[in-house]
Amino acid sequence: MKVLLEHAHVEGIRYYDTYRKNGGYRAVEKAFKMTPDEIVEEVKKSGLRGRGGAGFPTGMKWSFLAKPEGVPRHLVCNADESEPGTFKDRYLMEFLPHLLIEGLIVSSFALGCNATYIYIRGEYAWIVDILEQAIAEAKNNGWLGKNILNTGFDCEIYVQRGGGAYICGEETALIESLEGKRGNPRIKPPFPAIQGVWMRPTVVNNVETLAAVVPILNMGGEAYAKIGVGKSTGTKLLSVCGNVNKPGVYEIDMTQSVEEFIFSDEYCGGIPKGKRLKACIPGGSSVPIVPANLLLKTAQGETRYMNYESLADGGFATGTMMGSGGFIVMDEDQCVVRHTMTLARFYNHESCGQCSPCREGTGWMYKILKNLEYGKGKMSDIDLLWDIQRKIEGNTICPLGDAAAWPVAAAIRHFRDEFEWHVLNPDESQRRNFGLAHYADPIHVPTTA
Amino acid sequence: MIKFSEEKLNKVKEIMARYPDGKQKSALIPVLHIAQEEFGGWLDVPVMDYVAEVLGILPIEVYEVATFYTMFNMKPVGKYVLEVCQTGPCMLNGSDDIIDHIKQKLGIQAGETTPDGLFTLKPAECLGACGYAPMMQLGKHYKEFLTKEKVDQLLEELRAAATN
Repeated sequence: MKVLLEHAHVEGIRYYDTYRKNGGYRAVEKAFKMTPDEIVEEVKKSGLRGRGGAGFPTGMKWSFLAKPEGVPRHLVCNADESEPGTFKDRYLMEFLPHLLIEGLIVSSFALGCNATYIYIRGEYAWIVDILEQAIAEAKNNGWLGKNILNTGFDCEIYVQRGGGAYICGEETALIESLEGKRGNPRIKPPFPAIQGVWMRPTVVNNVETLAAVVPILNMGGEAYAKIGVGKSTGTKLLSVCGNVNKPGVYEIDMTQSVEEFIFSDEYCGGIPKGKRLKACIPGGSSVPIVPANLLLKTAQGETRYMNYESLADGGFATGTMMGSGGFIVMDEDQCVVRHTMTLARFYNHESCGQCSPCREGTGWMYKILKNLEYGKGKMSDIDLLWDIQRKIEGNTICPLGDAAAWPVAAAIRHFRDEFEWHVLNPDESQRRNFGLAHYADPIHVPTTA
Repeated sequence: MIKFSEEKLNKVKEIMARYPDGKQKSALIPVLHIAQEEFGGWLDVPVMDYVAEVLGILPIEVYEVATFYTMFNMKPVGKYVLEVCQTGPCMLNGSDDIIDHIKQKLGIQAGETTPDGLFTLKPAECLGACGYAPMMQLGKHYKEFLTKEKVDQLLEELRAAATN
């Protein structure tokens, strides 16, 4: 079922006239006939959960927003999409910019925000132009500016370009960056809902979350909540990459099994060259990697589905997370040690340096993983890695520490034999071609933690 | 003399007007992008001092931000900066081979610039194009689904564009 991407393939949908002809801006018209509180109530009823990765209920987040008399408040759209494996927001903004603008107008009205900012990662430079053009079109057609449609509501949307820092996807780091500072996350409390950008009450929501407000208004919160399964309501965008026949962005209603998602022609289309599935990181690089057997079925042997609850079944011992929807698939020839090393390098590069466990720990993890990958590792290094990741997790101001620790922990938990193979076969691990992990057939996949 | 053109200065003023009174420092990152584009592809100290003056903030406030974000170059770069993503998903699709190929083709290492000042190789971390890997950022745009042949062709095109 397609809700967000329903019109994604309509020719010219990027532009206002076509978007409007296909039912665009109806949600704004509807919103203006409601009170802001009624809109917040619809979003609560929809069960929408933050699509950036944390999955926090959006309606609840909105209801925390402080509304002191005479203090302006702000809505900030988090378009700093930087989690490896994730490129769904880019797709939305590139092809359906007006859907985001429409969601932003409705949400700004619901929250009483007159100046709304889209904080977009600096590398998406061409998308800044697409968004600014869409904003100009919306403004020319009376959907933005002063006294929109004679409602007395003023709203401006600005696109703010970042400078290239993963950490700015963390909401308080994003706020700091929007204020023109280094992206160092803030200590909470106070939460942004009380003191956010320029110390004013602020809501920060992901691109996909804010776009989802449009169908929620159009169909009503209750109808939206009927799509999906249990607490995983509505639809979710998945960005698929790695070793699949059809990488790209897919919208799912979260009822599909993981097996169907990977192997059916409707979605990923299976693994190229008839290779076998080895492992998968289903929710962006920060969530635990799981081997094929635990990906397709839970530890109890039940079918695993593409939703928040099912993917998390078994906790970190045998499960993983839905996260941001960055779905990274690895075939039988891929090397988990090398892949984990690139992620450790990534987190080391992206650590803001504020908290010692993360600043120092990510560097040590990268160094040790590099040694292991290049045949210079010792058996004790594997335990040392485990020890370091445990000392980072939970000991930092922001979740980047956890995000750096989890991939390393899961790789050791499920693929310890592959790390050991690198230690025991230092020469062979160097001689092999890229990605050709030397493995017995069939692939040995551990079944327990 | 370091000074924005009339057009760029207007753009800077427009950006500064997006924030509440007294919060013009918020314009810093967008303005640094403009400065880097305008003044030779990198941020020399006098350029950062000029940005501080335009925004009415201290030079140190500019330095600490410029050095924090990876898109700002703290030393001169070539006319074309090849930013090849090397993070996990791109690695799974052969980004290491692409980087090695560029190194060999241009005779430079990561972070170096060719002697003719045309190319800088800057391996990058995840650029949000994982499904279209391997890829590189070239200026404002992405080049995706790279192969060695595509890289060769691209380098030739860029060389030709630079000499014309």
